[in-house]
Amino acid sequence: MSRKRVWKTSSIVSMVLAVGLVVMAILVNTTSLSQQTWLRVLFGVSALNFALRATVPLVLGALSGILCERSGIINIGIEGMMLAGAFAGFVVKVATNSWPLGMSLMAGVLAAVLIGGVMGLLHATLSIRYRMDQIISGTIIIILAAGFTAYLFDRDAVAEGKFVAMPIPGLSKIPVLGEVLFNNPPLTYLALILVVVLHVALFHTRWGLRTRACGEHPRAADTVGINVNRYRYMNTTLGGMMAGLAGGFLVLEAVGQFQEGMTAGRGFISLAAMIFGNWMPFGALGASALFGYTQALQNELLLAGVVNVPRHFISMLPYVVTIVAVSGFVGRVRPPAAEGKVYETESSA
Amino acid sequence: MADQPIPALEVRNITKRFPGVIANQDVNLKLYPGEILGLLGENGAGKTTLMNIIYGLYHPTEGEILVRGQPVVMHSPKDAIALGIGMVHQHFQLVPVMTVAENVMLGSEAVRNGFLDVGAVAQRIHELSSRYNLDVDPYALVEDLPVGVRQRVEIVKTLYRQAEILILDEPTAVLTPQEIQGLFQIMNLLKEQGKSIIFITHKLKEVLQVADRIAVLRQGKVVGEADPRTATQASLAAMMVGREVILTVDKKPAQPGPVILEIQGLTARNDLGEPALREVSLTVRAGEILGVAGVQGNGQTELVEVLTGLRPALGGRITVQGKDMTNASPRQVTEEGPSCHVPEDRHAYGMVGSYSVAHNLVLNTYYRPPFAQGITVNEPAIVEHASRLVKEYDVRTPSVLTPASSLSGGNQQKMVVAREFSRPVKLLIAAQPTRGIDVGSIEFIHNQIVAKRDEDVAVLLVSYELDEIMALSDRIAVMYKGQIIDVLPREEATREKLGLLMAGVHPDEAASSA
Repeated sequence: MSRKRVWKTSSIVSMVLAVGLVVMAILVNTTSLSQQTWLRVLFGVSALNFALRATVPLVLGALSGILCERSGIINIGIEGMMLAGAFAGFVVKVATNSWPLGMSLMAGVLAAVLIGGVMGLLHATLSIRYRMDQIISGTIIIILAAGFTAYLFDRDAVAEGKFVAMPIPGLSKIPVLGEVLFNNPPLTYLALILVVVLHVALFHTRWGLRTRACGEHPRAADTVGINVNRYRYMNTTLGGMMAGLAGGFLVLEAVGQFQEGMTAGRGFISLAAMIFGNWMPFGALGASALFGYTQALQNELLLAGVVNVPRHFISMLPYVVTIVAVSGFVGRVRPPAAEGKVYETESSA
Repeated sequence: MADQPIPALEVRNITKRFPGVIANQDVNLKLYPGEILGLLGENGAGKTTLMNIIYGLYHPTEGEILVRGQPVVMHSPKDAIALGIGMVHQHFQLVPVMTVAENVMLGSEAVRNGFLDVGAVAQRIHELSSRYNLDVDPYALVEDLPVGVRQRVEIVKTLYRQAEILILDEPTAVLTPQEIQGLFQIMNLLKEQGKSIIFITHKLKEVLQVADRIAVLRQGKVVGEADPRTATQASLAAMMVGREVILTVDKKPAQPGPVILEIQGLTARNDLGEPALREVSLTVRAGEILGVAGVQGNGQTELVEVLTGLRPALGGRITVQGKDMTNASPRQVTEEGPSCHVPEDRHAYGMVGSYSVAHNLVLNTYYRPPFAQGITVNEPAIVEHASRLVKEYDVRTPSVLTPASSLSGGNQQKMVVAREFSRPVKLLIAAQPTRGIDVGSIEFIHNQIVAKRDEDVAVLLVSYELDEIMALSDRIAVMYKGQIIDVLPREEATREKLGLLMAGVHPDEAASSA
């Protein structure tokens, strides 16, 4: 019972914080308050834009984790799936540089999603078919992706062009909010839509009900005729696709190029966002936004040069916040009860 | 037999082999429409395997299954459900964090425009609930529901799938006496509405009360059928075990000696922080068995935990042989009592499933010679000790090096009893010592407890089975809401009187109305 109360209060608190942020952002950016350096660092349009850009890969990674873990497969390999997706997106983008930009970018996104899915399928196969410990299998995915992408990466290759902002007519004209939310490149919109789609799918469709049952009590699902391992294969593959999309976002929308190890721990932070968000899509969005915002803050603080501490401490900020947030919530969130456990029946074995 | 109706379900010559074991051999059973068939057998007799075959979870090695006269082959529970077979599993198959409606529809969801139609399912649950008197709220979270209600949710689950044949696997094992009577009413109501029920149990009294026909399974084979109107508990027990079983415990009158355990004004809280023991005072003398009767959840678990050092006492005093043992550590209780403890939940507190039988047998003595040599353990001594105990306490295991988890429940319990009883003690605390085990093992353990008493050990016996309390105790204390509401000599304790006390009726009223 107390756990439920914790969740009720924490969702109320985060809504209050979000509303406070919007109010402050509007005030700071439309009045003379923008003269205050500190307020500009905290609430300026550029800080908020940066925060959203940093949030997108995190929330996609967290949705990947939710897809897998809600069905009972632990996925610590998000980092690797993301990196593989980024690399695939880059390779296809470079190969199709001669195509019209839109087509070429779409091909890149498809490749990223596809390779992410393949990595997910590999993880599922290792964990289900070969009953490998899911933590080890996830680690394999990470090492595999890091090794392959570094080995195959051609440092002279250049991707020409990336996704540009597509302002939504009307909405983008709203002061401050429009600039931050409705003037973004397409994958950002897609990520936000996916949060809603996954929430509805998990809690209001047959697929979601069955997925959650497989993650909580696979035997119960089996006794009513649900093929538990089929759901786990399907969801882990979908989760890999989601992580691949996050990688595609990094290459095709955020940076425009591939760099070795460019995911830089984002897969792990999205894992933290998934936990902090209690395996709920909107919770994951909130947690990713918090982590994204601290990254933006780090950036803005360094640019503005308003604090007299070595820059290394400021660079630590996002990671410190991640650690504090996750350790503070340990024991208050509840993972799917059966995650990480192989499910075997006589008929499937 | 020509005018017999077509059986709703028939199994013919079913044999099921697992590697190294024959779980079922040549089993033949018929279940007619509108009857309750009691399937009686000890733990490990193959009842659950047989039902899992009927429910499509296992595939028979040989033989066939007929539903309404038609031979069928089932690949998974999906096929069984489609044929109108529903099963209430011994361990409930409900997802705790989901609502009743979500659990009920899982696998057979009502969907409108691609989305779950919870309203329609709730409506259907209300209908079934009122028709069969089940009283289930579709919007409650399963984890908030008491065990008895969860079981009714399982029944709703089968009815929602339009089951005509219901299999209830040991449904009474987790219920209080009142809930058991409630379940029997529901079963009779289902029968009157034409459903066929297979009721699996190892409790003789229950099967005699509710079944229309009884089939007895022993070592994987059907050893006979019985008519509940003519069968007796003794005749059924003999069929079940394969020999005459003495259902009453043979014991001499107690010769109580000095007070060993004295509890004064003990108070404690439960896991939720609520008061669980309110000023409990009891004494147990050497050479007597004090039985603590009561419905589960009235503080018995907490009492045993406080006495064995597993839960702090907030007030009061415990003395063992005159020594103050209030809030002593479990090891102090074991060593200085000296006392031993047969815990209520053997899996959680009595044994380490992944350890071998031999290692489980030294869990309370491993740190002393001859089992410990400096900082290492003396394996040969442990194995030798184990081989002796296994023989002495009739623990049936392929080897003393076998993991304890692969033993049957009865043998696991005998292993725990062997460990606890093999030390010289003055106080024995036994909680539910025969929970969920077979008749043969129950008989053995009861005799061991009486033997301990006759060696001048003080015995505190906690049990939710009134029969067990009445069979073993020399004095009976009744617990209700954390208090001892009365202590009676065995001769004065009738079933009716104890029943009233267990329901919280004041001793004076209980005496006048019983």
